[in-house]
Parts: sequence; C-alpha cells; structure tokens
Amino acid sequence: MQDLMLILPPLIVFLGATALLLVDLKIADDRKETVAWIAMFLLVGALIAAVMLLYFNRTGDVLYGFSNMILTDRYAALLDIVFALIGIGVFLLTLRYNRVHQIMRGEFFVLTLFSIGGMMLMAHAANLVTIFVALEMFSIPLYVLCGVARPRLDSEESSLKYFLLGAFASGFLVYGIALMYGATGTLDIATMLKQVERGQAPLLLVIGAGLMLVGLGFKVAAVPFHMWTPDVYDGAPTTVTAFMTTATKAAGFAALVRVFLLGPGAFVGSLVSAIAILAALTMIFGNLFALAQRSVKRMLAYSSIAHAGYLLAGIASVANIGQSANAVIFYLATYAATSLAAFGVLSEIGSMNRDEDHGLERYTGLAKRNPALAWVMALALFSLMGMPLTAGFTGKYLLFQSAVSSGLNWLALLGVITSVISAFYYLRVIVHMFMKEDATVAANNEQYYVSKPSLVMMTLASVAVVALGLLPTLLLNMFA
Amino acid sequence: MSTLVVLPILFPLIGVVINAFLGKRLGEKVVGALATLMCSAAFVVALMLFSQVSVSKEHAIHAEFGTWIGVGKLNVPFGFLVDSLSSALMLIITGVGALIHLYSIGYIHGDPRANRYFVYLNLFVASMLVLVMGSNYLLMFVGWELVGLCSYLLIGFWFDKVKNAEAARKAFVVNRIGDVGFILGIMLIFVTFGTLNYHDIFAVVGDHKTAALALAGDPVAPAVLSAITLLLFIGAMGKSAQLPLFVWLPDAMAGPTPASALIHAATMVTAGIYMIVRSNALFHVAADTSNFVALIGALTAFIAGSIALRQFDIKKVLAYSTVSQLGFMIAAAGLGAYTASIFHLMTHAFFKALLFLAAGSVIHGMEHYSHAHHSAQHIDPQDMRNMGGLRGKMPVTFWAFIIGGLSLAGLPPFSGFWSKDEIIVAALHNPLVFALLACTAVFTAFYTGRQLVMVFFGSARSKDASHAEESGMAMKLPLIVLSVLALIGGGLNLPGSMWLEHWLEPVVGVHEGGFNLPIAALFSALALVALAAAWVMYRDGKRDTSLTPQLSSVSSFLNKAWQIDALYRAAIIMPFYALSSFLARVFDLGGIDGAVNGIGTLTKGIAAALRPLQSGFVRSYGLVMIVGVVALMAWLVINTR
Amino acid sequence: MTSIEPVILLSAVLFTIGAVGVLTRRNALMIFMSVELMLNAANLAFVAFAQQWGNLDGQLFVFFVMAVAAAEVAVGLALIVAIFRTKHSTDVDELSQLRG
Repeated sequence: MQDLMLILPPLIVFLGATALLLVDLKIADDRKETVAWIAMFLLVGALIAAVMLLYFNRTGDVLYGFSNMILTDRYAALLDIVFALIGIGVFLLTLRYNRVHQIMRGEFFVLTLFSIGGMMLMAHAANLVTIFVALEMFSIPLYVLCGVARPRLDSEESSLKYFLLGAFASGFLVYGIALMYGATGTLDIATMLKQVERGQAPLLLVIGAGLMLVGLGFKVAAVPFHMWTPDVYDGAPTTVTAFMTTATKAAGFAALVRVFLLGPGAFVGSLVSAIAILAALTMIFGNLFALAQRSVKRMLAYSSIAHAGYLLAGIASVANIGQSANAVIFYLATYAATSLAAFGVLSEIGSMNRDEDHGLERYTGLAKRNPALAWVMALALFSLMGMPLTAGFTGKYLLFQSAVSSGLNWLALLGVITSVISAFYYLRVIVHMFMKEDATVAANNEQYYVSKPSLVMMTLASVAVVALGLLPTLLLNMFA
Repeated sequence: MSTLVVLPILFPLIGVVINAFLGKRLGEKVVGALATLMCSAAFVVALMLFSQVSVSKEHAIHAEFGTWIGVGKLNVPFGFLVDSLSSALMLIITGVGALIHLYSIGYIHGDPRANRYFVYLNLFVASMLVLVMGSNYLLMFVGWELVGLCSYLLIGFWFDKVKNAEAARKAFVVNRIGDVGFILGIMLIFVTFGTLNYHDIFAVVGDHKTAALALAGDPVAPAVLSAITLLLFIGAMGKSAQLPLFVWLPDAMAGPTPASALIHAATMVTAGIYMIVRSNALFHVAADTSNFVALIGALTAFIAGSIALRQFDIKKVLAYSTVSQLGFMIAAAGLGAYTASIFHLMTHAFFKALLFLAAGSVIHGMEHYSHAHHSAQHIDPQDMRNMGGLRGKMPVTFWAFIIGGLSLAGLPPFSGFWSKDEIIVAALHNPLVFALLACTAVFTAFYTGRQLVMVFFGSARSKDASHAEESGMAMKLPLIVLSVLALIGGGLNLPGSMWLEHWLEPVVGVHEGGFNLPIAALFSALALVALAAAWVMYRDGKRDTSLTPQLSSVSSFLNKAWQIDALYRAAIIMPFYALSSFLARVFDLGGIDGAVNGIGTLTKGIAAALRPLQSGFVRSYGLVMIVGVVALMAWLVINTR
Repeated sequence: MTSIEPVILLSAVLFTIGAVGVLTRRNALMIFMSVELMLNAANLAFVAFAQQWGNLDGQLFVFFVMAVAAAEVAVGLALIVAIFRTKHSTDVDELSQLRG
C-alpha cells in the first residue's frame, strides 16, 4: 500500500487516462472539450497528490518502493508538480487551438496523459529498468501526438522522423544499459553508485553510460543528437510542441540527474568532461542556428536546444552535486513556465491565422493588434534571454554558478557569451512586435481575439516568470 | 521602523503604477501632480529616516525582508541599509527630484507623451533609491541597471528624431561597457569574500587593512583587491562619465531638459561616486587603484573643462561642465577625500540642477516666439549665439543662473566654492592632480563667465531672443528654491563646524581635510580674474557670436571635444563595420540575396553557412548521431583512466 | 560454464549491422527492422550478462524490451501506413520538407 502511495501522482494519471479512454467513446465529436476538462481535473488530482508527497515527506528522505524499483524524494515530487502544471497549461491552450485546427480529438488528451504519466514515473526512477520503461512510456505517445494533425504532411513527416530517430536512440540506450549491467551485475542505480564510489568503474561501465548518454541526450536535444528537434518541433501541432519543449526536456533531464549527476556518472571523470563538451557544443550550435531562423516557431526549437546546453552544464558540474541538482530542477521549472508563455502566444497566433505559418511577419505589429500577447511574448523572450529580474536570469545564474564552483569557468563563460548572442534573435522578434507596423493586417479583424483559457494560462505563466525572477527563494526553499 | 525604509521606494513606484495604467484617463495635469506628490512624499519619509539615523546609536538602520537569493554559498538578503551616506543621498535624490518633478509640470506641458514622461521620472527616483539603499552589491547593481534603463528611455524620449534615438543608443552601449566591469567586479568580490553584503565585506577588509588579508585562511592577495577595485571603477567610469567612457553624456542632452537636470547632472551620474565612496574600505587598501582613480578623475576634469570653453549649445556647455565636475569628485574619491567628494556631489546637485533648469527656462523662453508665430524660419533655441540680452526679459531665470554660475565658478560664499576648495586642498600632496584641477578651476570660471555674458548680457541677437518671455510659476518656484540651496549649500561643511565630515564619519572614517586660507584666497582671485576676462572678451557681443566664427585649429579641436568621437569612430566603429561587411561579402558568395545591413548581414551569413547542415533527411540526421556516438566513445576510451 | 565473450561479440556485431542498416536503408520499414535488430542485439547481451552474473535481472529486462518493441511496432507501422496513404511511398528521403 505504501508502495502505491509513493507513486500516487503517476498512478492517478495512468488510471485516469485509461478510464478516460472509455469515457471518450461516449462523448460526441463536437463536445470533446469535456475530455480536456476531465483530463485537467485528473492532473489537478495528481498535483494535489504530489503536493502531499512533498508535504508528508518534509524531511526530504529518499523513500524506496516496489523492491527498490522506484523512489520518492523532493526532486521527484517537485517534478511531478511541474509535469502536472505543464499538462494543465497545455490543455488550456488546446481548447481553442485544437478546435480551430481540427485536432480536437479524445485520443489527443488520453495520449498526452499517458505521456505525462511516463514522465512522472521517470522522476521516480530508481532502477535502469524503470528509466527505460518510463522513457518509452512517455515517448511512444509523443510519436503519435506529433502526427495527430494528419493528413497534414508536415505533421506526419515530423512524426515519422521523431519515431525513426527516437527508436534509433532507444537502441543505444538499451545497449548502454546492457553494458552497464554487464559491468556491474545490477540494474539498481544506488547499488551501481556504491560500486563506483568504491572505485570500480571498468571501461565497460563507462562505455555503457556513454551510450545511455546518447539515448538521453537525444531526448533532451543535445548536440549532436539534436537533429530531429527543429523539424519535429516545427512540424508538430503547436500545442504538442509546447508540451514537448517543456515536458520532454524536463523528463530527459530527470533521468540525466538520476543516472549522471546523482548517480554513478558523476564519479567518472571522462564522462563528466564529455558532458561538459556536449554542453558547450549544444550552447554554441543551438544559438547559432537560432540566429538564422525566420520562423518564430523554428527559432524557439533551436532556442530549446540552446537551453538544453545550459542545463547540461549543470549536469557536468559535479563539485557540489546537491547544488547542481537544485539548479537543474529550478531551471527546468523556470524554463517550463517561460516556454509555456511563449508557446501560448504561438498557439493563439496559429489559431488567429488558422495556419501553422510562424514567419516573423506574422508577428509584425503585434503590439498594436494584441498588446496582451505582445507583452507576454516579450516577457517570455526576455526570460529566455536571461534578463535580470526574470526567471531566466535566476535560473542561468544558478547553473553558471554551480559550473564555476566545479571549476568549469570556461563553460560558464561560454554560457554567458552565447546568452548574449541569443539576445540578437530574441530581440529581433521584440522589434518586429513593437517597433514595426503591419499595413496588411486589419487591426479590427474579429479573429484577433485571445481566448480566455489561453489568457489565463499565459497570465499565470507570466506571473511565475516574474515571481521566480524576483523571489527565487519561493521555489528554492522547497529544495532545502 | 523597517516598514518606513521601503516607503521612499514604494511611493514613486505607486506613482509609476497608477500613471502607467491610468495615465491616459487621468490627464496630464493630474499625472504631473501625482508624480510630484509621490516624490515629495518620498522626500518627507527620507527626512524622517534621516532624523532616525542621526539619533540611532550606530548611525544606521538595517532592514531585511528575508532572503532574496540563497543558494549554496551565495546568500543575498533583500536588505536595505540606511546609514549616514545613503540617507544624505536619499535627501538629494528625493528633494532635488521633487523640485524637478514640479518644474517638469510646466516644462512638459502640452507634450502628447507627458504621462509617459512622468512614469519614467518616478521610476527613475525609485531605481536610484534602490541603488543607494541596497545593503549589498547585487541590489546596487539592480538599481544601477534600472537607472540606466530610465536614462535610456528619457534620452530617447523624443525618439522620433533620429539624433535623439542615436544618443540614447550611444548612452546605452557605452554604459554597458562599464556595466561589464561592474558585474565582473561583483563576481570577483563574491569569489574573494564569499558574500556580497557591504557589512561583511568591509568588516573583513577593515579588520586587517594590511596587504595580506585573510578570510577563512585564504589570504586575499593585494592584486585581487586591485583587480576588484579596478573593475568597480570601470563601472563608475561608464555611469559617472569618466575618461574614456564620457562620450555618452554630452549627447544625452538630447532628452528633455529637466530629465537632463535630474539624471545627467544631479543624481544618476553620481552613482559611480557613491559606489566608490561606499566601497571606500576596498579602495583605501588598494592604493594603486586609488592613484589611478585620482588621475583619471583629474584628467577628465581637465579635458572636459577645456572642451566646455568652446561650446555654443547652452546645454552642451553644462554637459561638459558636468563631466568636468564629476572628474573633480572622482579625483577627490581617488585621493581618499571621500567627504569632500560627497560634499561636492551635494553642492553640485544643487547648483547644476539649478543651472540646467535655468537653461531649460531659457530654451523655453526662446521657443516662445516661434511657437506663438508659427515662424517658418526655425533657429536653434539652444545656440547661445542666438541669445543675448535676456537679463531684462527673464529676471528670475537670470538671477538663478547667476547664482548657479557663480557657485560653479567657485566664488565665495556660494556653495561650490567650499566643496571645490576642499578637493583642491586634498590634492596638494599630488602635484600632477593638483595642477590639472587648478587649471580646470580656471577654465570653469571662464566658461561660466562666457556663458553668462553670451546669454544674458549685450543685446538680443535674434527675434526669438528679443521676444523671449519668463516661464511660469511651476518652473520659477524650483529655480528659487534651488537658488537658495546653491547659495547656502556650503553650510553643510563649513570650516569650523565640519558638519558633513562628522556626519559621514561612521562610513568613511576620519581623514584630515579642511580649509586652507591661502589656497582659498588664491583660487577665489583666479576665479574672479577668469570671470573678468570672460566679461571683457564677450561683453561687446562680437566675439564668437556670429554664426560662422573663424575657429582656430585649437578652438576647433576643443569644439569637437578633442576629436574623441572621431577617434572612437576611426579606431572602433569603422573597423567593426569593415569587419562585418567583410564577413558579409564572404558569406554572401554562396549566392544568397544581398544583405540588408549590420547584424542582418551577419545573420544571413551564418544562415547561409549553417542551414544546409539541417538537410531535412532522416538518414543524414542519423549519420550525425552516429558520428557523435563514435566521437563520444573514442573520447571515453581515451580518457578513462 | 562457457565463456560469454563470443556471445557479446556477436551481439556487438548485430548492433553494428543494425546501426549501419538505419543509415543505409531508404525504406522506412527496413530502417525500422534495423532498429529492431539493434534492440535484439541488446537483448542477447542482456541474456549473456545475466548468465555471467548468475542473476535474473538481465533476463527480466529482455521481457521489458520485447514488450516495448512490440508497442513501438504497433505505433511505427501505423505511422508508416498513414504516411503511405498521403505520399504513396515509404521512402524516407522523400520526407524532407521540414529543413533548415
């Protein structure tokens, strides 16, 4: 019974999603919003369960369950909360977007719920089996979700690309786990950690961990395993992209934190330096490619790659593991809030124009047409840039600080430099929104309204961005 | 008590919020009145805090509102510190600020963006208070950036003119250079001391005051302290317009005149001086940096003072004069005469704000004619060559200008005399700095005299000047109050009482300053001679007053501000353009469309070079992954063990 | 007890063949089968290592891999069918509309 309590949040999501699959059959196609509201209701339940986990485990003990297959600690509960909030935020966006784009289908919500459940399970993983199963549990629904807008070709294309490359990456992950098992004779992360701490890190284990890094690096879009990201993010429906940038990234990093930062990976010098190099490449290439984009959606895809680079810098900072893990989890939360705000704007623009064209000209003069959208977007972009007083700044500050305290001064410096470069492409969007007039668009077109649920979501996300920027301790105190 | 501390910041912020959201509905009058009221309320609270500080035992009020950032070693409280230094500056900021708000009501009247102007002005006051009241370097940096933002917004307030937008951008970019130094300095402080709180840092430094400091066993090398102070000083160079970063300030005069008075003369530009004085414990130990600071200050004072000799724009003269006076303050801080520095900061705030407001009144009066007659022929209302004989038409402005000018020139008993004298006395043991400052003092008296004569004496040299009219009451009242302050401001630290010296003692410690009668007499005489020379040379209205003067090479050099802008253009900006256009040509060979400009070019170049990598083919993506896997495996095999 | 080294070698060879297959095949189905080969190579390694360590963890993992692979097959084939309906082709090189 206690075992079940430990994974209550994912349990609620899984059981609820299964039930919802049946309920969905009885709901007519023009009333699928009901399914969305039920799904949100389930996520609120999971949210409450996660808050309870946090509350009843105030000392922050690591509690194991299911024969050490799963665990619950502060990070797990906090990530559960993040995933549930992301889910609710995305569902609020779907109410208009999915209706306009004719993908308001019951399975959309069920699949998203299954994916969220898998991500939550990932946050609770204590064993490589759990990691693998959770990874596939959240990935397989995502393959389908990317293609949910069929027969639109770019949606299908993104789906197949993601699927083929994702399965390819899974192959590396599984083989890596096999080699790690071969080297240690166990799949339990804690046992493995003990062996490594005793100085037993045979090459086989290192290679295995390296292959796992490939599989997880693929999920979080680390260069050079990132190639799928721009195409898939670009082609998938915007609500799915919003979900993927925020939640997949968080889930992938949850696994990286468990295996590398808090697990055996942190004790192998060559692995740590490899992660630092991956982080550097990811920062550089993510930002450089983003610089060249004319489509805001694609730009944000590359920006999400760049942010994976900053986060990897946290994974590579092993001097003070607790501090780095805090920084990574904090950054994931801030990035989720920021990215949701930005994608909220994108989904509204997509609904207004009834297409998926996110060229810069679609954002020209937005401040005149929809001041609310323009301001939310500006705030989100400033936060992505890392402007002081926004969440993005605090997050980056913490990450770079842990990098510096681990002696990775060059990486922190590179992070600062690439952040400065990023200002160019973020500011370009702001300039287009605020300082250019768009003569072609009639300002009073009735389509140019912002839907209430989206507005609520964007407001909350903006408040979170500002609050985490001004008072980061609100969240950081929960780690202590 | 602690709630009282936030009020000065809160009041202007309330003004910001109300005016930003309801400004359009409230109308210009209410907006201006509300903004002024909020600033005055802040002043009243500042007065109360001041009196509390004076009676409190440790001469300081600490107020902490929880931890702002607390991660690992870094623990930054959301804390404010009101001690003798910050309470004195708070009075200046809110007091002079309130007067300038009041003046602005008259000045900005009729501008369609008036409510936005008052929002910026209130936001500026709040930010400046954050800067001086924060109890740690991070909070100071936040205020530092915020005032920078307000300054940018106000310089470019009339952004429809290209010149103004360019001036705003220039100020922004130049200040960023300084900010990089500042933030690096803050990081280095944190690395060295493990904290950013003034109290903790200065306690460590103050305990030893010797070359080898120790914190938790790690000796703080003198070189580290030199580096910290040098980086901080780079920040001060940007904000307080010191050589070589002073170029933004004269251009910043493109903003509305009251904003120039508040931001670019009285308060914001003194942030660098505040920062140095606040960090006096660090600068005191780092003797090399202090000498460097003194030298830079003196050089800036000298160069800017010489430039002011040959300017024709009434505000440009004052702008260069401000740079020059800031040089005085920086030099004083570098010489260790922190009280003198703050003393001059305060008197300068009075008389320079007065001069700017009076200049604004002159410009306003000059514009009167062309506004009333919609005259097509537009002359520059700021060019002193178009003025002359305004004495009779604008009596209040005239007397205000006289008081401010004589104070700037350093004539007793005006406030500027006392503070400048203290700095010059402090420079006695440093011959080079002394010589530079002495020359500057003479320059100052001369250009002030020239300005007074060209603007107010002789006969009107244009229709606008002959039809000039005195400004309204809202503008006159601040002039009168500031005149009184400029007149008696020297009383703050009169020889004998030395009130300010004792007041600041808890912060800057004791140092031998003081009054030197022969020096004072000598410099009063020099100032009088320079003023007289200016009177003789410009009285007849002929010299320098025709619009195409034959400038000799020297005066043209001075008029063009030592060609420093041209130097920067040649040494930095042109090579940058050349590099980017070179890159553009290289990247454009691939047949990409012709580039637009600047960053657009660069962007397209990068696009052309990189985008083919993202080919769209799944299998090439797989190949990139495999290459990555192989490289990763090779790295691991080679580097493990 | 026989040495497991030849088995591991075989699994490595199978894995490599699978990876190369992914890169060289243009048909989506063939790419997918190559991925399956990679997964089965891992399964082989798991079984061999389980033999070496004498515990059942590795054997157990194989079942999970097979279950997941089955789920992937279901989703993958559905995707390929859906694309075949629109494009009348399973050549992945024809799917390169998204790029840059």
